[in-house]
Amino acid sequence: MISKEQILSLLSEIPDPEIPVISIIELGVIRDISIIDNASISLKITPTYSGCPAMKQIEDDVRKKLTENGFTNITIITIYSPPWTTDWINAEAKEKLRKYGIAPPENTTEDKSWLTGKIKSIACPRCKSQNTKLISQFGSTACKALYQCSECLEPFDYFKCI
Amino acid sequence: MTVNDALFQYTLRLGDTNLILGQRLSEWTGHGPFLEEDLALTNITLDITGTAKSLLEYAALVEGKSRTADDLAYLRNDRHYFNAQITELPNGDYARTIVRQAIIDCFDFYFYTELAKSKDETLAGIAQKSIKEVTYHLRHTASWVERFGDGTEESHNKAQTALNELWQYTGELFEMNEIDEILIKEGIAVDLNLVKAKWEQYMTDLLQKSTLVKPENVFMQTGSRKGIHTEYLAFILAEMQALPRMYPDAKW
Repeated sequence: MISKEQILSLLSEIPDPEIPVISIIELGVIRDISIIDNASISLKITPTYSGCPAMKQIEDDVRKKLTENGFTNITIITIYSPPWTTDWINAEAKEKLRKYGIAPPENTTEDKSWLTGKIKSIACPRCKSQNTKLISQFGSTACKALYQCSECLEPFDYFKCI
Repeated sequence: MTVNDALFQYTLRLGDTNLILGQRLSEWTGHGPFLEEDLALTNITLDITGTAKSLLEYAALVEGKSRTADDLAYLRNDRHYFNAQITELPNGDYARTIVRQAIIDCFDFYFYTELAKSKDETLAGIAQKSIKEVTYHLRHTASWVERFGDGTEESHNKAQTALNELWQYTGELFEMNEIDEILIKEGIAVDLNLVKAKWEQYMTDLLQKSTLVKPENVFMQTGSRKGIHTEYLAFILAEMQALPRMYPDAKW
């Protein structure tokens, strides 16, 4: 029977539809895989944001990939708990984000000081300067905020820490 | 009323409130005052509509009568909708949209914080998810209330007028009925009195900081818990439901 590792490696070939440099496995949205036999599989998936339009695309891509690999009975269940967190994106994937021009999320979501107005300095993914400013808490997709570097003047996306 | 019936009605109420607010706010998409703000409100709208989808899917499951989330959204008339009336009111100018949104974001922030402790695992999960998003929404809208209130004479007046007009719809947010009583006993629903105290405190502080006057001794509108709405809901539904009603079983 096909192993869980093989499934993980198959799913690692699926890029995030909005940030194609990282895979859906690196994004951390696949929470559980149970292989019933070579034709049947059940997956648990969790949304990054409640209304993220990419979730439907991710589900379709997963079905397509598994169908191509002989699965005929695919169950995908959406779960909400524990809620997705940017802490699930590993260091390697964060580096890929940075190289792609998106400032990666900070390490931990435990620090809530930003809620009271304290703005963390986010390093510019291009010139690495810490001298950056927040333009908007909301950006091109649900998961990003918009910043601008005050040194190289380039605007950039910051992957919000949730 | 059985616990399951109550859970269906409760989830439906929460789903409806998010759905109608999301639908209303979506009218701003492409019409925001400037690009970043247009994106911000559209992102907020997306989260709210997404939460509505999660809740209505769960309501359909709890009901167990083979109705889908889409059936619930598109095939009910206004008298069978239980969204809070404040969500169906027209957007008005940007100050009014933002003041309403801050009122609701603040409510949602404390409400979902409590709901995250629910014994119903799905509701708790949806709440845990939502709270992360609402935190961003509240930070954004509260900062705008402050800027409008403490801004120019015109922005202050617009924000104060919005506040005066909207306040009468805030009482409804905290109304509880048999559904709430049954589910509070089960540890599923939120005691809205707990939320109210925190909401009051936050709003009082925010309005004071924003140099806005909190309306006092206001007559409070009521009705949505019984499916009674303002004249505006049926128009939203007409627009939202036209396509699925004209072309039943149409696929996206």
